[in-house]
Amino acid sequence: MKMMEISIDKTYCKGCGICIKACPKCVFAMSEERQSFGSLIPYPAQKEKCIGCKLCEMLCPDGCITVE
Amino acid sequence: MLKKIDVMNHGEKVLQGNEACAEAAIHAGCRFFAGYPITPSTEIIEYLSEALLLQEEGSFLQAEDEISAMCAVIGARWGGKKSMTATSGPGFTLKQEALGYAVETETPVVVVNVQRGGPATGQPTFSSQQDIYQAKYGSHGDYEMICLAPASVQEMYDFTVKAFNLAERFRTPVILLADEIVGHMREKIQIPEQIAVEEHTPVKHCDKPFGRNEKNIPYAVHFFEGHNLLVEGQLHDEKGRRIGHLADKSGVFVGNLIDKIRKNQGDLVDIDHEFLEDAEVAVIAYGTVARSAKRAVRIAREKGIKAGLIKINIVWPFPEEQLKELAATIRTVIVPEMNMGKYCLEIQRCLKQSNVISVPKLGGIIHQPTELLHIIENETGERGR
Amino acid sequence: MNPLIERYIKKDSLPYIFCAGCGNGIILNAAIHAIDELGVKEDTACVSGIGCSSWIPPYLNMDVMHTIHGRAIAFAEGLKLSRPEKNIIVFTGDGDCLAIGGNHLLHAANRNINITVILVNNFIYGMTGGQKSPTTPPGSKTKTSPFGAFDDPIDGCGIAMSAGATYCARWTVAHPNQLKKAIKEGIMHNGFSLIEVLSQCPVQAGKSVFQERDPWGMMEAIKSQTIPYKSWIPDKPAGKIPIGTFKEDNSRQEYTDKIRKLKEQLRGMQKETV
Repeated sequence: MKMMEISIDKTYCKGCGICIKACPKCVFAMSEERQSFGSLIPYPAQKEKCIGCKLCEMLCPDGCITVE
Repeated sequence: MLKKIDVMNHGEKVLQGNEACAEAAIHAGCRFFAGYPITPSTEIIEYLSEALLLQEEGSFLQAEDEISAMCAVIGARWGGKKSMTATSGPGFTLKQEALGYAVETETPVVVVNVQRGGPATGQPTFSSQQDIYQAKYGSHGDYEMICLAPASVQEMYDFTVKAFNLAERFRTPVILLADEIVGHMREKIQIPEQIAVEEHTPVKHCDKPFGRNEKNIPYAVHFFEGHNLLVEGQLHDEKGRRIGHLADKSGVFVGNLIDKIRKNQGDLVDIDHEFLEDAEVAVIAYGTVARSAKRAVRIAREKGIKAGLIKINIVWPFPEEQLKELAATIRTVIVPEMNMGKYCLEIQRCLKQSNVISVPKLGGIIHQPTELLHIIENETGERGR
Repeated sequence: MNPLIERYIKKDSLPYIFCAGCGNGIILNAAIHAIDELGVKEDTACVSGIGCSSWIPPYLNMDVMHTIHGRAIAFAEGLKLSRPEKNIIVFTGDGDCLAIGGNHLLHAANRNINITVILVNNFIYGMTGGQKSPTTPPGSKTKTSPFGAFDDPIDGCGIAMSAGATYCARWTVAHPNQLKKAIKEGIMHNGFSLIEVLSQCPVQAGKSVFQERDPWGMMEAIKSQTIPYKSWIPDKPAGKIPIGTFKEDNSRQEYTDKIRKLKEQLRGMQKETV
């Protein structure tokens, strides 16, 4: 299976954590990095598990996730 | 830009004031009307429910309430159709929030208020001029309103056309402040062969759709022209983005709303006058009361009294400079109104050198010419002694 | 930024005004996907009223009206009547649509005018700081129901359908694909369509209605209260909220179609008399 490219826009992510809990394959985890508002940003910790369902794209309230 | 338009069914006609208003709206290019029946304005919605559906581009809505009617009219204007609504006292009150929205979003619509006696349900079938301040100050916040007061069926026709033209030109709602008498009166009028109508010229490729021209007036844009407009009820910048949280920009925006009327006030003067050259006493009136005033002044002249008449047609913005000029040499000014004496306060503020006498009349009836004549005689007689 | 979302929003207005984890952004995503898949961007205008949900369309790079409280449907009706060939989408909230603007919902549904209303129900007045709304569940201690809400909640879908809406669906934000499909169906449907979306307000409803402030936790809590239905059944199991496509009826004539046909008739009659 093709490896998916997952990117998170750090400028507009508010760190709500929906992607972390919504992903059926638990791809995302919270990083130590903070964005300008001060909240932590998630990152695709286990990219290789991604099946490309794009649920995270649909559920990110700030439109920050791109899965290609 | 004003464009000459041929009027199909021109000529002499006997019409009711409300009918003349509706007819004029169609001639001026109004293609959408939403309203709610209310005495004494109902004939306008009745007339347009037929006339608009006979127009190729026309559409009509009998709304579920007054608020909805006002909102639908604003919506239709952004859809690209000239629109109008008509109402009276209680309905005018209900429309105020949406009217403020039209001011803030600079939407050119016409609102007809055929005034009746108030407050509350008041006197549905009687006349008044009690909404003169509500027309100017009715909605919350700071703004300037353009407001016309017709005194005859002919003026119901002419001023309705004018209201549409001013609305389009200044990108703002315009109020036609009629009253029960002029709304229900039937008179012979002359519908001209040609009228001048302000036409919408679409703006192409406009990256700042709410930007302003040298006269401080925004562009004539509407939906579905590819501008991706954001019509925003919060104070906004030239792209429509909200600036309500920025004090400096917000102040400039509200200033612009006011300035586009105040700085162009010279274009918004419409005053009729007669016998002012040597007048010692003048009656200043607007709307139907101006008819009684005219009669009283003419009788006074026949009796040799130096009386004059000033009839204000565009009541808001207040024609301050022009009035000062016209009434500079007049010692006594009489202001009859079918209310507690409201507009008189503005005139008193403006004409400080004159003795300004308010002649209020409540109860829903108009001043008789003889009443005003007595006051004119008293005022001139006293000075004679 | 997701490239599709980026194409549809005004980037200079970002970030969204919404709190972290608010459902409004998810509804915006679903709407963008629906509009994009139908390819109707140029022929669609959006209208909204006042409240958190009414901030959804102002970010769209389309013709948008952000109007006054409760009247979005009234503005939309005027817009639709002036341009019957265009699609009009209304974004509104539970307070905007069911409290202050309830009358407009009834009459627009009864007219069966072709507008698509997306009713974002977050069970609370979020923007003003967490007061009881018409859909707040009984017993919720909000800022204006300190002893627990005692008004029975209003069912937006039920009201719209009984008033005559011809398309009606309800989903939660935890069903983004179904929601997208419903919005597409709503836009394509020739008649009044109402799509109610149960959404999370992690700040205000999270505090006073759900006692769960994690956005995903709230989404799961809302989802767990729902029960899928294929069609509308007025008697629902206690404590459960039906979701699904409740109604799709193409038998009633649409309002602007009625006007168009009437005008055609009138023109025919005029020609005869001439």
